[in-house]
Amino acid sequence: MTKSELIARLAARNPHLYQRDVERIVATVFDEISKALATGHRVELRGFGAFSVKKRDPRTGRNPRTGEQVAVASKRVPYFKTGKDLRDRLNKEAARAAGLLPPEPGHDDKK
Amino acid sequence: MDGRTITRADLSESVFQEVGLSRNESSDLVETILSEVVEALARGESVKISSFGSFTVRDKGQRVGRNPKTGQEVPILPRRVLVFRASNVLKSLINGAPGENKG
Repeated sequence: MTKSELIARLAARNPHLYQRDVERIVATVFDEISKALATGHRVELRGFGAFSVKKRDPRTGRNPRTGEQVAVASKRVPYFKTGKDLRDRLNKEAARAAGLLPPEPGHDDKK
Repeated sequence: MDGRTITRADLSESVFQEVGLSRNESSDLVETILSEVVEALARGESVKISSFGSFTVRDKGQRVGRNPKTGQEVPILPRRVLVFRASNVLKSLINGAPGENKG
């Protein structure tokens, strides 16, 4: 699903809203998360997950092609930790779809 | 890290300020967005939000783990995990370089 597909689904569920408002709503949500992270805040959405920023120390890297040493500056990287509900949800659905709930070793799987 | 924690309530408030729907409807919409994303991921789809990042569902195979306290071997069953990859836009925004090239 892409952002435009998300907007389309949302618009279909909210026929009373203008398409451009739905676009703005979706943009606002993701922009707010981005802005919060850029300011060093953490974003916690229960049941979905939490976005945070982790700091990476400066290090000496190597150009893998030439083996040359390069200084890599410290940087901040975004990090997402999946929420418990979502994690459980992914696995329940996956097990159901594949017809394999906890597999028994040595048990042939069915097609 | 420093700073406070942003929650659903903050996102709803922003939608309320930005779009001018009622507070109630704003928070319903935030909830709907999240649940649409969850539904798609649960179906095994990836979710790509341009200039933000993408969520991908990955299948992990079975492997042998170990209880770190007792040293006992326990099988870790195959499972699905969610991976978030931030877009370059978000990465550079976080590093204080807004308006970097490449999405």
